[in-house]
Amino acid sequence: MKKESGGSALIRALADENVDLLFGYPGGAALHIYDAIYQQDKVQHILVRHEQAAVHAADGYARATGKVGTVLVTSGPGATNAITGIATAYMDSIPLVVISGQVASHLIGTDAFQETDMMGISRPIVKHSFLIQSPEEIPEVVKKAFIIAKTGKPGPVVIDVPKDMTDPNHLFDYQYPKDIKMRSYSVPSEVEESNIEEAVSLLEKAKKPVLYAGGGIIQGNATEELKKLAKIMNAPVTNTLMGLGAFPATHENFIGMLGMHGTYEANMAMHEADLIFALGSRFDDRTTNNPQKYSLNAKKIHLDCDYGSIEKIINVDVSLNGDAKKILNQILNKINPKNIDKASIDLWNNEILNWRETHGLNHDLLDKKFHQKQILPQQVIQSLYKSTNGKAFITSDVGQHQMFAAQYYKFDEPRKWINSGGLGTMGFGLPSAMGVKFAFPDADVVCVTGEGSIQMCIQELSTCMQYGLPVKIINLNNRALGMVKQWQDMQYGGRYSSILYEDSLPDFVKLAESYGHVGIKVENISELEERMDECISMKDKLVFMDVYVDPDEHVYPMLEAGGNMSEMRVSKTKKTF
Amino acid sequence: MSHISILMENQPGALSRVVGLFSQRGYNIDSLSVAPTNDSSLSRLTMVVKEEESVISQILKQLNKVIDVVEVQNLSDVESVSLEIAIVKLKITEKEASKIIESAFPIVGEIINHKDEFVMIKLIGSNHEVDDFLLSLNKQKFLEVTRSGLLGMGTGENFLISESETTIEY
Ligand SMILES: Cc1ncc(C[n+]2csc(CCOP(=O)(O)OP(=O)(O)O)c2C)c(N)n1
Ligand SMILES: [Mg+2]
Repeated sequence: MKKESGGSALIRALADENVDLLFGYPGGAALHIYDAIYQQDKVQHILVRHEQAAVHAADGYARATGKVGTVLVTSGPGATNAITGIATAYMDSIPLVVISGQVASHLIGTDAFQETDMMGISRPIVKHSFLIQSPEEIPEVVKKAFIIAKTGKPGPVVIDVPKDMTDPNHLFDYQYPKDIKMRSYSVPSEVEESNIEEAVSLLEKAKKPVLYAGGGIIQGNATEELKKLAKIMNAPVTNTLMGLGAFPATHENFIGMLGMHGTYEANMAMHEADLIFALGSRFDDRTTNNPQKYSLNAKKIHLDCDYGSIEKIINVDVSLNGDAKKILNQILNKINPKNIDKASIDLWNNEILNWRETHGLNHDLLDKKFHQKQILPQQVIQSLYKSTNGKAFITSDVGQHQMFAAQYYKFDEPRKWINSGGLGTMGFGLPSAMGVKFAFPDADVVCVTGEGSIQMCIQELSTCMQYGLPVKIINLNNRALGMVKQWQDMQYGGRYSSILYEDSLPDFVKLAESYGHVGIKVENISELEERMDECISMKDKLVFMDVYVDPDEHVYPMLEAGGNMSEMRVSKTKKTF
Repeated sequence: MSHISILMENQPGALSRVVGLFSQRGYNIDSLSVAPTNDSSLSRLTMVVKEEESVISQILKQLNKVIDVVEVQNLSDVESVSLEIAIVKLKITEKEASKIIESAFPIVGEIINHKDEFVMIKLIGSNHEVDDFLLSLNKQKFLEVTRSGLLGMGTGENFLISESETTIEY
């Protein structure tokens, strides 16, 4: 049995967890660990340019692969820089293991150089955290961290490692545990048969059902089961922002995303439904509008692996707490297609089609008749969709561009849409695209961003150069913090407070070129599609495509604050209420 | 108002996770008592929480999600007993103190210290009884009080933890 130090045991434990990539940034408290990394070749360390990006990259990797993403940072500023990334992962329930260096045990609490209380700072944004108290416990803690991160409702786990715990001179017998006992951790058990029966009976009786699917269906790998249920019932399906791809967007039962900027037909359907089946979605305030006025005529079934999410915001008739795949299979076994009210559901689908015809999204804006002087941001997404055949991984930042991407890129597969839904973290797009590209080097990976967001992690262009990551960056450049501007237009009488840059934007083409990448600038609709094809076809180059879009465009539909799900603005001049 | 019993790992940081949950989610704690149990790897807490029924059920769920928490029991859902201990410091004579204690029945009081012109009384009772007792004291003479917060336990078979369901293997 080879003896290990705490530092080498830590890296070996990662290798034993089949970790191939570790995203991080070195510093004093982590130096023993970095020396251990140098002396092995199983775990590759990826040097980013900012710890926030390390966490986002691991996060993107985790979202795209379903595996646990891993991060290593040093104490103090390394740890605090990682916090935004950890919070981002926490809000979207992404499995991560984040290892932070810490000052030596005897210095903890003395305000030592680069000391921060990582356990304390990260506490509200982790699923769990560990402070290593002896080098010998490292393998076991790593094992626990991975189990906790990926089982049940996934989430980030922090391991804080005081420097003396990784002392290369302290050696011990290394053994990676096969199994672990944790008396205080459990994942949801089986759902009672009677609950399944109740759910099935509601599904069979429904005349106006909506299947409302979120990120839980993607994380629970239950997309096939969802498709089967939709097919048996011929029921309309809507996805949340986090759930895009859980159900194919080009499927005839798909009615679009719901919520704040959901489609008119999806939000109307939620309002008029007589049954809402929430699947791995948590009735987030962006999808319910005013909970007091929320879908008052609908019975509700809620399937979620987190029982803390059930009845947190909306009371339900049947709760199904557990694994989505398992529970959906139980339902599929029980449900009798003959009992389903097909005739009523046909009428319901027609009603939804009518809504789509009145205020649905126009997916044909590249048609010549919509060609104006200014490029519409929606046209850019449609062009991107065409150039990538709808098959790319799309990561995004936060703002109008994110919503346009969500609305107009039709995701047919899970794990292809990578965005910060819960925390809404500007700066997420580029580093998460790096994580995806590492995992899928042959796939098209595109970051749809805005000139505001991209500047929050722009330094990663350098990382992309170092590791040869030919991601594509589509910058919907509206010369403003567009989403904030939209709110200022609508609610603050057009008083544009701090959303403009006064001619201080960089020349993104030159910027990209200075890192050794390719830059393309597009200002004319007539050249958009051709340049897009060109951009996507440069398989081995990072291309930064800076597209000047109409700065006055708003995202619609938009739910009216405080209203119900049918109260929307559908354009600058039209509203439904 | 609910009384909640919690069994948690006696680990550094465990208590701050439980307490942090309350501030993070905006729940109000009225009182909290915590100490190790006969099993030194476990601590037991009793909490008094002033929230509506629907909030209490959220609190119980969120507490269960805290990984260091081994078991949670809402004492308000089962038959249980509870009591509180307080120590009061008064500027009175021992004789006056004995009188106060007598008149305070059914609350149990006892003089535990007498130094200079100060007397300390130990009280054991329900938290209402302790409240009432403290209210009845002459404000000029009542100098200090420390209270344990409510301690509680289910009666009979209402154990906080059943031996069988303690560990899960992965
Ligand atoms: C880190 C961070 N800071 C602030 C915000 C608030 N915010 C949301 S959208 C937005 C504007 C984003 O601008 P840009 O990236 O240019 O996108 P656009 O809306 O113009 O498409 C801001 C400031 C945020 N989401 N994240
Ligand atoms: Mg912008």
